[in-house]
Amino acid sequence: MKYIIYLVNGISLGSVYAIIALGYTMVYGIAKMLNFAHGDVIMIGGYICFLFMSKLSFNPYISVLIAAIGCMIVGVLIERIAYKPLRGANSLAVLITAIGVSYFLQNMALLIFGPNDKIFTSVIPNYPLNLFDGQLKISLESIVTIIVGIIVMILLTLFINKTKIGVAMLAVSEDKGASTLMGINVNKTIALTFAIGSFLAGIAGVLLCSAYPRLTFTTGAMPGIKAFVAAVIGGIGSIPGAFIGGILLGVLEIVSKAYMSAQLADSIVFSTLIIMLLVKPQGLLGKLNREKV
Amino acid sequence: MSILSVENLNVYYGVIHAIKDISFTVEKGEIVTLIGANGAGKTTILQTITGLVPMKSGIVRFEDNIINKSIGHKLVSMGIAHVPEGRRVFANLNVLQNLMLGAYTRNSKSEIEETLKTVFKKFPRLEERKMQIAGTLSGGEQQMLAMGRALMSHPKLLLMDEPSMGLSPIYVNKIFEIIEEVHKEGISILLVEQNAKKALNIANRAYVLETGRIVKTGSSSELSNDPIIKASYLGE
Repeated sequence: MKYIIYLVNGISLGSVYAIIALGYTMVYGIAKMLNFAHGDVIMIGGYICFLFMSKLSFNPYISVLIAAIGCMIVGVLIERIAYKPLRGANSLAVLITAIGVSYFLQNMALLIFGPNDKIFTSVIPNYPLNLFDGQLKISLESIVTIIVGIIVMILLTLFINKTKIGVAMLAVSEDKGASTLMGINVNKTIALTFAIGSFLAGIAGVLLCSAYPRLTFTTGAMPGIKAFVAAVIGGIGSIPGAFIGGILLGVLEIVSKAYMSAQLADSIVFSTLIIMLLVKPQGLLGKLNREKV
Repeated sequence: MSILSVENLNVYYGVIHAIKDISFTVEKGEIVTLIGANGAGKTTILQTITGLVPMKSGIVRFEDNIINKSIGHKLVSMGIAHVPEGRRVFANLNVLQNLMLGAYTRNSKSEIEETLKTVFKKFPRLEERKMQIAGTLSGGEQQMLAMGRALMSHPKLLLMDEPSMGLSPIYVNKIFEIIEEVHKEGISILLVEQNAKKALNIANRAYVLETGRIVKTGSSSELSNDPIIKASYLGE
């Protein structure tokens, strides 16, 4: 029965990676940049939720919403202040800026909240589900996380493919010039992408801290990088790809921790990326960029 | 009244002076064509009008408004539609999504539906393939889609960049028929073409461009009979 528990926990962790990876992949798809500060937005989401729930005694669900909206504002501000002036600059400059923003956010959190770990109280009640006469214990947290992941995926897919703004986002990701000729405001569309991605990062931050309650200023760094790996494995730019990549990576991580070595789990995860890049560099669902003549 | 007037336009690509002090007009209800060889600056002029390429100096007027500083996306709602060089349809979206993006700035659902019907009437092929991904269409069909998409914004002025490029003769004829049809419906057209013969056939007036300068202008019939134009552009 143990392997079912590992699988559920893996899918649960994977759902968090998937939600974060969606932010990476959407921003890459539209702005063609890697927003390495995305992981730290997760950490900010954790802190905002912690602040409202534990310090100000807000209702946990309202705290989650505040955290998500807070992250959305942070995301849009980052785009406006740090990335927008670099539109059209070479991608190395943008990449370095993103890394700079990442350190900035971490150090701001360090300055405001101090270096000590905060113990995050889960927003989901601790209520283990006992199945098969107690042989199979699955935490409610895992189930809720998976459900949230599925809901996010469905809503996002519907939004992108069925709404006018969503289709405009697809258009911008394909051809900014032609999108302008359609009357689409490209800058606003990019800002919206950051808003959605950061909102999701806020939710992911709360889910992550609910499962792993130590909150510190580097909390977002590792999950952020892993979600990036998930996005690349799934095929960066592809929304279903980010989801599949996230789930795969989560399961792989938990299973390697359980059956191989807890110390080596991360190496296994990152080795998967290297193998993926060697075998299928565009990722599972990514498109190869054909050069047009 | 001129629907479009361009005065003393200068455009640079880095240090290269690509458009040199060009002035021209499109009167309401006209088809005006810019003809010239590769690299003469035809596409640059269109791209400058819709803000895809920044200008160094000059005045661009649409109807009574100076649109120099207008951001590209605002021009669509003013009534300018641009069918870009190389078609630039959204290859990953389907035909219907492409067309609806053309109507992005319009809000009335019933009016959009109405325009969609007229576009489908002009291009029955697009209706047959409306759920097909645009990237899988043939070149001619993509050109039709690009034109249909531009018409979806219900423009007053249509800028067309090399609509016949890379198409089979049958499609070229078809595209030119549709340009005339659109023109008869009252839309003014600025047409950039390498196929000078075809362009002069349907245009009222033409400007001849050479390396960023207008070297000749006149009515289409005048230019069609000009011996120099005949030799250099019409292959006679």
